[in-house]
Order: sequence, then C-alpha cells, then structure tokens
Amino acid sequence: MQILDGNRAAAQGAKLARVQVIAAYPITPQTPVTESLSEFVEGGELSAEYIAVEGEHSALAVCASASMVGARTFTGTSSHGLAYMHEMLHWTAGARLPVVLACVNRAIGAPWSILNDQQDSISQRDTGWIQTYARNNQEILDSIIQAYRIAETVYVPVMVCYDGYILSHTEMPVDVPSQEAVDRFLPAYRPHTILDPATPKNYNLVTLANPRLNTDGILCHGYMELRYLLQEALQNSRETITKVGQEFGKQFGRDYSNMLWEDKLDDADIVIVAMGSLAMEAIVAADMLREEGHKVGVLGLRVFRPFPKSGVVEALQNARLVLVFDKNISYGLEGATCSEIKSALYGQRVNPVVRNFIVGLGGRDVKAGELAAAVNRSLPLLKEGALNAEYPEWVCHI
Amino acid sequence: MRTRDCQHICDESSPGIGEAGRTGEWRNSFPVIDQTKCIPVRQSKASCFLCWLYCPDAVISKTIPVQINLEYCKGCGICAQICPAQAITMVDEAEFCSEQDS
Repeated sequence: MQILDGNRAAAQGAKLARVQVIAAYPITPQTPVTESLSEFVEGGELSAEYIAVEGEHSALAVCASASMVGARTFTGTSSHGLAYMHEMLHWTAGARLPVVLACVNRAIGAPWSILNDQQDSISQRDTGWIQTYARNNQEILDSIIQAYRIAETVYVPVMVCYDGYILSHTEMPVDVPSQEAVDRFLPAYRPHTILDPATPKNYNLVTLANPRLNTDGILCHGYMELRYLLQEALQNSRETITKVGQEFGKQFGRDYSNMLWEDKLDDADIVIVAMGSLAMEAIVAADMLREEGHKVGVLGLRVFRPFPKSGVVEALQNARLVLVFDKNISYGLEGATCSEIKSALYGQRVNPVVRNFIVGLGGRDVKAGELAAAVNRSLPLLKEGALNAEYPEWVCHI
Repeated sequence: MRTRDCQHICDESSPGIGEAGRTGEWRNSFPVIDQTKCIPVRQSKASCFLCWLYCPDAVISKTIPVQINLEYCKGCGICAQICPAQAITMVDEAEFCSEQDS
C-alpha cells in the first residue's frame, strides 16, 4: 500500500503497463503525470521513449503513429489540451489505435479556469473513444491497467477520466500491484495492422463514399462501413470491459465487472446518479437522507462510453425519483449524463421522474449537504403525475 | 460480396495500379497527343519526357511513342501545360461525346 495522489496513481498505472512510447504536454492539473513518467524513464525504471512535443495535438499524433508501428502508447492531458487534441482524438479512434489517455478533468475557458469539472471530456464524447470515470485514486491506477487490455482487445482507444485536484492532487492509500502480477494480467500489445516498409501499405487514405474494389478484386470498406465497424466495436466492447473487469477482480481482489457502481439501491425509491468523484459525495448525501427516513441510493457511472443502457434500466427499475447531478452542460439542453439516463429509460417501461442538477462547474465545491438539499427540494415531485422539468436546475448563486 | 469479407479493421490499401479505383471516371477533359509534334518521336530517341515526369498520377509512359493510360488519367491537364512542343491538347469529354453521337 502506498500513499499516492491521483496523478501519481495514473503514472504508476502506465509504468506497470510497460508503456513503450509516451508523448504528453504538461498542463494543469495533469502536469505531475508527465513529471512522474519522465522521472521513471530518466531514472531507468521504465524502458520507454519519452517524446517531448510542442503541444497536445502533436502528443496524440505521436502516440497514434507509434501505436501504428506496434508500440504501446500513453498520453495524458486536461481541458484546453484535450480540446486541442480534438482532431487527433477522432483520428486515433477512426484508425482503431489502442492509445490510452489519462484525462484529468478540468473546466474549459472562457473565462480561464484551472479547476475541476467534466466539460472537457464530455465535449469529446462523440470522438469514438471508450470513456471511464474514476471515483478514487485506486480506480485510476486499476482503470489504466485494464484500459490497455480493453483497448488492445477491441482496438478502440480508452480515455481514463478523473477529477482534477479532487483526485489528481489528493493523496489516498493505493494498492500498487507488483510488476509480475500486472505482466500476468496484461499480455504484450498485438497491433491489428502494422506499418512496415517490407510490405508497403497506405492506411486511412482518402476513402470515397462507396465501397471500392481493390486490385485483388476484393471489395473494401467505404467510409460508412468503417464508421459502422467503430460503432459495432464500441457496442461489443461492453462484453470485453465486463470480462476484463472480472478477471482483474480475480487477480487483484478488486472487481470491475460492472460498468456502474451501486450503493444502497436494493430498497431505494430515490436514486442519485453521478459520475466520478461526485458519486462518492453522493454516497455521503444518501446516508444523510437515510437518517431523515428517505430510501435513497446511489448509481455511479463508471463507464460513460459505451453507455451501459441495460445496466441503467435494471438499476433504476424500482426508482420513483431519479436525481442526476452533472458537472457538465450541453448548452441549450441539459447535463449530458441526464440526457443519457433518460435515453436509456425511454421505451423500457421504467418511468421515474428525472431531475437534473448542474453542479460544481469550474471547481465550485459540491458539499454532500447541497446534494441532500437538492434531493429534499425535489421530494414533492414524488406525488403522482409529476412531469420532468424542461431544463436543469443550477446549484449556484445567480 | 460484402465489405466485411475484406477483413480490414481500418482503411488500408497496397500500392498497385488502380488501387484507388477507376479514377479516369472523374475526368471532364482528356489529353490527346499529336505525335508529329512530340519531341522524343521527332528525334526518335529518349528525350524530353517532361509529361511523364510531371504527371501526378503516373499514367504517362516513358516510351516512344508516349502513351497515356486513360483508365486512370484524371484529366488535370498538367501534361498539356508542361509540354514544350505544345503537342498535347485537352479535349472536353462532353463535347467529344456529343460530336461522336452526331
């Protein structure tokens, strides 16, 4: 057991995964990840190429290219850095390269903020990456090790997200597994295709709308078929995520076979839904509300893409009131998690009243008491016939 | 035949003539060589070949006479521009076809 902050847990995870190429550009609050990894490489603890780049776009371009020639690659970033990577995020997923990225969640400007919310990674939701959100530092380390196994099985890149400062700069006890144990769990990377001068190939060239007969007379995918395959890979990745999580549990004693975390859901008719460290705060709020006599449980989203639709429906089947707390907003509509929860429930004959709260943007502290108060304000909605509000409620001082 | 049979996981191709499809279909004008003006033909020896050198699609042969593969020529007209003897003329496909019809 070691005392590690979230960033050092992430760096340890990458090291234990024996990453071969690291390219990252320092940005608050991710900087200690790059510092730790460059120390490992410089000190000879990790046999990897650490490639200094001039920005995040290049960082991911380096990782994608290295992945194409058969290297296991790692990068990390936050906020504007992730936004700057946007083009390469699409490219990495489209080329089906199993890069693993640690996203230390931070708000996006304008105005400048270095503090936490989840707008950065939520804004990259549709780039074709698997996204996981950690609740504590142990989960960060465990998720990065699992991420390689998942990514290299389904050939989809994985973004391991964790809250800036709340996790990245907070020290917690973390069980760091031995290198031998991780080696047993994580086999060497086997690329699906490899760029090799011995057999010249052109990958991800200009692809026209329709399938194309190649010179061997084989009908090759058009653009749309390749997009179908990416969607299919993410749909099917649920099985791999579950299996890898289960095997991780068997080997290390911490089970990740569920894409959701549940707390006190068995008898709950009121359910708080949250993602990342906020889900831990929600557990405290639920305990407070239980002392007041309300049957409150918590559903934490661990995996956001692929979205665990069936798991959400199952977890909420007895809920009468669902309160979704989002540290992000899809402007003009509502928090992204809330939209996903509603979408999962539609047509499933599970019809709780769903309330959405926007909290904790730009590092605004979210106290368990505030979550509990928001739940209390919503209790009158439990009466028959209450309708969902059109827009979310903001927990702020406007 | 379905595209899944190609077993590609991402887009890929190998170098080969026509790997990008029949790109000649993209053309709206095509080059015609007046062999009586072409320098290598007139001199009966390997010379000039600027059209071969400049063709971005590598569809012009370095032979006497010079030949253009219209299956893949996209009709960009660079060869006509670069020819010092003005031996190459670009002919509009639509006009050519309507003349053929009449």
